[in-house]
Amino acid sequence: MVSVLLVLATVAAMALHVAFGGTPMAYPDVLRALLGDDSNTRIHLAVTEFRAPRMVAAVVVGACLAAAGAITQTVARNPLASPDLLGVTAGASLGAVTVLVIAGGGHAGLSGLAATVGMPAAAFTAGIASGLAVYLLSYRRGLDSYRLVLAGLGISGLAASLTTWILTLGDVTSAAQALTWMMGSLNGKDWETVRPMAISAAVLLLAAMSSGRWLLLTSLGEDTAVGLGVRIGVVRLVVLALAVLLASVATVTAGPVAFVALASPRIARALTSTVIPSVGVSALVGAIFVLLADTLSANALAAPLPVGVATAVVGAPFLIHLILKYQRRLS
Amino acid sequence: MSTPQQGLRARDLSLGYEGADIISGLTLDVPDARVTSIIGPNGCGKSTLLRGLGRLLNPRSGDVLLDGIPLREHSTRHIATRISVLPQAPTAPSGLTVADLVSRGRHPRQKWYQQFSASDERVVEAALEATDILELADSPLEDLSGGQRQRAWISMTLAQETGILLLDEPTTYLDLAHQVDVLELVRRLYREHHRTVVMVLHDISLAARYSDHIIAMKDGAIVAQGTPSEVITPECLLEVFGLDAHVVAEPTEGRPHVIPLGTVGAAPVHT
Repeated sequence: MVSVLLVLATVAAMALHVAFGGTPMAYPDVLRALLGDDSNTRIHLAVTEFRAPRMVAAVVVGACLAAAGAITQTVARNPLASPDLLGVTAGASLGAVTVLVIAGGGHAGLSGLAATVGMPAAAFTAGIASGLAVYLLSYRRGLDSYRLVLAGLGISGLAASLTTWILTLGDVTSAAQALTWMMGSLNGKDWETVRPMAISAAVLLLAAMSSGRWLLLTSLGEDTAVGLGVRIGVVRLVVLALAVLLASVATVTAGPVAFVALASPRIARALTSTVIPSVGVSALVGAIFVLLADTLSANALAAPLPVGVATAVVGAPFLIHLILKYQRRLS
Repeated sequence: MSTPQQGLRARDLSLGYEGADIISGLTLDVPDARVTSIIGPNGCGKSTLLRGLGRLLNPRSGDVLLDGIPLREHSTRHIATRISVLPQAPTAPSGLTVADLVSRGRHPRQKWYQQFSASDERVVEAALEATDILELADSPLEDLSGGQRQRAWISMTLAQETGILLLDEPTTYLDLAHQVDVLELVRRLYREHHRTVVMVLHDISLAARYSDHIIAMKDGAIVAQGTPSEVITPECLLEVFGLDAHVVAEPTEGRPHVIPLGTVGAAPVHT
């Protein structure tokens, strides 16, 4: 029931996003353009080549981050855990910024093949490498959730300092471009960049959604799970790899978008009152979150904000609320 | 050992975490269809042995044999249909209901593509009924008393429908009435069906009351084993625990009951 409502809400948010995500257009015109009417060339182009891919990108980013968050929170047995803890976001930023600064140096920023293929590839590779490093550092005779959190913080910190250092090496144009990327933005998404991300996201989300039964078993603790016949090492490796890949896809698509991975599984769990956040429901919540945040950031102020700023503005108070709630429960 | 043996056996088993072995070269035949308790001082390796028997800890050398075949040659899922394990002080995520928990016991018998079947449903209900918590099925685990919660966990192991149950200190954190309650339940459930139970217990008198077989351990080795009357003697208590004690026959079944006098090395209290 909740899932059906959420699917409807997602569709509504997608429609809202296409209608209001940029310069205002008359809604009937937008609808006509979506349905294939190309009599008004300007509107048809804006809708199909700019707004539609941007909307798909928002769905990809939100759903992937939220699904990765749901997995990470369950495996780490910590409601404040997020894929940032797996080192993915910081690692991907390092990869992206390195390419931006080194390949973009001396020119008017980064363009051409380096921008469309080089930067996403570097971000993806570095994100996954960081995730792998965190996993290997926290693995000693099995995986311990405290070690996972500590290793994640260490690797993220290391990647963040390296990123800052590389920023100082670049010229002003590429450094500014890098900083924009690091804010988390859906600007300038076209089908060429969005399509491969959407396909990867669909495959990964299906895999993540079918891992629910194993996620619940791991949440009972290592000994109980093994006693019930779960190959805990294999299960953890597979679901964490899924979380790393999902978070990497999202970060490559839009840069680091804050708080979606943290907040969405919490909201999903509150909506469905399940013991662990459902991956599918979290993904829907995440998609709605980013769609609304991006619509809002395009309209709220005179100058459009990067979506990462909007999610942070909404997400930060939510995090504080969560922490206060846990403190009250503990005292 | 020349013929394949039924049940659970340890052969030349060495176990440890980091550093030196905690248990080395231990050999043990777990008595079939009996309730066995492992007793011994803190750090003697009794929980380590239980973890080894339940493949929660892999042997450094030697083997644990299930029906004559080493555990590592069975799939962990197959083992879960033969042996159920209740770890010490198990935890569950908040909000998990009793029925949810007990249903997890069906996992080893379900294929990944299968939904929860009607027969799974029946087994879970029977397990809840056997532990007398059917009316608590929809309650979250954290709303239960310590004794009820332990019943829920035991119910989960029942839903696994295994012939062998390993319990690591099942009475921890329970008051005396609930300790007795849990031990009565385990003994009744498993005697009725001729199942095998191995548990680690701290209280020697309770172990004597509720076990057919006692294994006394010290420094990672088995010092004595046999019926409660054979093992729980003043000499054995002195050797294993360094405890000076009288052992008397308790009035109901005549099983040994320990009356501690003092520890060896402490000031004597009976002279």
